[in-house]
Amino acid sequence: MIVADRKPVPEILEMVSNDQNILLLGCKGCVTVCNTGGLKEVQVLASTLKIARKKEGNPLKIKEEVLERQCDPEYIEEIRDSYDNYDAIISMACGVGPQFLSEAYPDQRVLPAVNTTFFGGAVRHGVWEERCAGCGTCGIHHFGGLCPIARCSKSLLHGPCGGSANGSCEIAKDVECIWDMIVRKKMEQGRLDDLQQIRSAKDWLTARDGGPRRSIREELTE
Amino acid sequence: MSTLKSGSRLEKVLISGAFAFTGECGPPKGANVDHLKEKLEHLKGNVDAVNVTDNQTAVVRMSSAAAAAIMVQEGVEPNFQMVCRDRNRLAIMSDILGAYALGVRNMLCLSGDHQRFGNHPESKNVFDIDSMQLIAMVKRMRDEGKFLNEEDIDGPPKMFIGAACNPFADPCEFRPHRLATKIAAGADFIQTQCIYNMEKFRDFMKKAVDMGLTQKCYILAGVTPMKSVGMANYMSKMVPGMDVPASVINRLKGAGKGKVAEEGIKLALEQIEEFKAMEGIAGVHLMAIEWEHRVPEIAERAGVLPRPQA
Repeated sequence: MIVADRKPVPEILEMVSNDQNILLLGCKGCVTVCNTGGLKEVQVLASTLKIARKKEGNPLKIKEEVLERQCDPEYIEEIRDSYDNYDAIISMACGVGPQFLSEAYPDQRVLPAVNTTFFGGAVRHGVWEERCAGCGTCGIHHFGGLCPIARCSKSLLHGPCGGSANGSCEIAKDVECIWDMIVRKKMEQGRLDDLQQIRSAKDWLTARDGGPRRSIREELTE
Repeated sequence: MSTLKSGSRLEKVLISGAFAFTGECGPPKGANVDHLKEKLEHLKGNVDAVNVTDNQTAVVRMSSAAAAAIMVQEGVEPNFQMVCRDRNRLAIMSDILGAYALGVRNMLCLSGDHQRFGNHPESKNVFDIDSMQLIAMVKRMRDEGKFLNEEDIDGPPKMFIGAACNPFADPCEFRPHRLATKIAAGADFIQTQCIYNMEKFRDFMKKAVDMGLTQKCYILAGVTPMKSVGMANYMSKMVPGMDVPASVINRLKGAGKGKVAEEGIKLALEQIEEFKAMEGIAGVHLMAIEWEHRVPEIAERAGVLPRPQA
């Protein structure tokens, strides 16, 4: 899923400092799963913002809503009749949501309440980790099913580098060296030869380096 | 390893079978080259080639290509270091062409320290290719006269290709295999991480010899004399992949006030003596960091002077 963290409250307050009436819009997709922008988080942020503004003697009216998804025009349309009742819309979805809203309602201000961070999952309760860099050409089967593009700090295809120590990456002890894991797995499997091939330079055209990407499924477009 | 690949002095010295002795020099943190030239004076004639670091520890400095070209002008043979952190394949290839045109004949292919260590930790890194792919790319440019995209190079750069090896990084068992891959990719010579744990290094070299790696590549053992107990402690605790045994720190501590630096040099000299006799070791890479003025004395006491004419 897409993982996001909520922006600090002062940053959000600053964005709406001149507004009196806003729509706070959550999303039932990834941000609900990662406890950042679902119903509960919408309620908590709305209360927090209202209390802060009340303290300032400048109350803020907030309408709370949660859409099924904010990455789908069908659900974005659900607020067509009401979107302009507000001074601004704060989206608690990942970076996709506020953009779909901005595109659907060009005359409205849409503000992001979260920082979208990575594609990953929960490794334990309350902790999410990156697993995929969305490079567009998956090759994890070459590396024991583990992705060095996303998980090696240097995206090395021939690791581990000289900074790997005790299973940790050179950048910080609490960052695991994915190459340490890959090598140990291959050693256990007796397949170290897999790691001794010299791989050609990666084609980054399928990654963001090739420009903004688009996926077209012909059978669905007809 | 009989015909010359680059014609560099370092290559000739290694082919001759002489024990190679290389040094290291960081480019200035500015455009003022006075200090660089002064440091080079200490190295000139005392080493076969001098590594020119490339924004080492991710701290911005004069470009290694420019500093290497200055070395050429000063009559010192550079070993041009190139990291994959700061440049994509276009910039890397173009810098190699430029450096070669300016007289550079050796290069060391590295991944590079992560920028989080450096003085611009908020910068974006590149890592378009990694050190292994860099080695293969430089070899292809030299031997096939081709860019990475298969286009012909008008005047291929004939570099003597170096790579790094850290026998002390984890997973330890994998290190000889990684070295083998670097050699297969095209490394002509290897410079190792600073060695302090001799026991571990002997084991590593034994494996490298048994695997036949030392028949295919020249290995230069990395030596950095400890200047102080503080430096030893720092390297032991703060530098990832650095293995400084307690015995080394204790020996420095035991040297007493004002005598630690001399003890550090003695330690380095003992290491160099052992490396001269160690199977598979073709030379020493002396990284006397901001201690270039001590290099003539270290070279003299190590018995590696005069350097062979190449």
